Amino acid sequence: MPKVKIKRKSTAIDMTAMCDVAFLLLTFFMLTSNLIQKEPVVVNTPASISDIKIPDRNIIAILVDSKGKVFFGIDGQENRIQLLTKMGGAYNINFSAAELKEFSLINKFGVPINMMKSYLSLKSDERDIPKNALGIPCDSLDNQFKNWVRFAKGINKDYRIAIKADQTTAYPVIKRLMGSLQDIGESRYNLLTSLKGIRDYE
Amino acid sequence: MSEVAQNNNQGKKKGKTKKMSTRVDFTPMVDLGFLLITFFMLATTLSKPQTMEIALPSKDKVEEKDQSNIKASRAVTILLGKDNKIFYYEGTREHDIDPELIEANYSPTGIRQFLLKKNYEVMVKVRNLRIEKESKKLSDKEFEKRKDEIIGDKKAPIVCIKGTDASSYKNLIDILDEMAICNIGRYAIMDITPFDLELLAKKGL
Repeated sequence: MPKVKIKRKSTAIDMTAMCDVAFLLLTFFMLTSNLIQKEPVVVNTPASISDIKIPDRNIIAILVDSKGKVFFGIDGQENRIQLLTKMGGAYNINFSAAELKEFSLINKFGVPINMMKSYLSLKSDERDIPKNALGIPCDSLDNQFKNWVRFAKGINKDYRIAIKADQTTAYPVIKRLMGSLQDIGESRYNLLTSLKGIRDYE
Repeated sequence: MSEVAQNNNQGKKKGKTKKMSTRVDFTPMVDLGFLLITFFMLATTLSKPQTMEIALPSKDKVEEKDQSNIKASRAVTILLGKDNKIFYYEGTREHDIDPELIEANYSPTGIRQFLLKKNYEVMVKVRNLRIEKESKKLSDKEFEKRKDEIIGDKKAPIVCIKGTDASSYKNLIDILDEMAICNIGRYAIMDITPFDLELLAKKGL
């Protein structure tokens, strides 16, 4: 009897197809994704049953951390430059072109306006440590927050206000924010939440 | 004479150029592709955050509203207390008799039971509307429009939400959720009054 010869198969696989798939997926992710924006503080939003999505653009983002520090940010680099110029004008601070440029790259900030110059001179990783991120003053004595929002609204009327606050943020802080917004006639705004299902609805 | 020697060596392949395989090993390229995919998947926000839209009356309107007193029988005041407690009372002080302050919580068996009972008529109407929507295939727009009409009913209870200084943002969101669940269309977030604090103080809080 002749021996059965086992045919040797090559172990090399044609990778072309797999390569196609990989790059197809890559293209998909690149086109559909919007990158995570870095936030100066970690905020745990409370859950709610509301399921309206927030739009991507034209947002005035207000971030409140658990200790009540207020952070502020708008989108659009051009708008940011305009905003800081206006704000500097209101508080008699002149910002140089380099400072304006630096400011336009910051997503969200939380410093009083008189400290903005030293804040902008810091390195980006030093900005978010608690010592430097003091929060925007928002009390009745010195309400810079109100001015930020008012000027931002002045630049682009379509801006929507979105407040993102931590679960444990004390209510008086929120009340003060809402009061400030009410003072400048901003009565419609969004509160960011995470999703939860409705337990035994109805 | 090396040329001759070469010719002798390659005599068999004379005139033929060496055929190179056109196959390229794609494995590293696949590696690269998947690496980038992984990066993009980790660096993207997959879900947009949810939002809750609220519209508060502007300051001058609030004063107007205060003047035209809300009918006491329909008014419900909810006080957000500390440690996730809620207190509520109906109406206001009448003939020197204080309304009873009742304690509740944010669970489905807490304040929701009370609000559902209070808002029973509207709840039934909304439920019927939802059934009608499913059987008659009402469009979403139509549904929303009719729902707004129902929950804006003049006879429906009016809820005043007042947070004490000890309550948190989560409490506010939770109570606004309850408003949505109980289909309460008329509610307002207000500042706490001395009267409310007095009621709380009487309860020893």
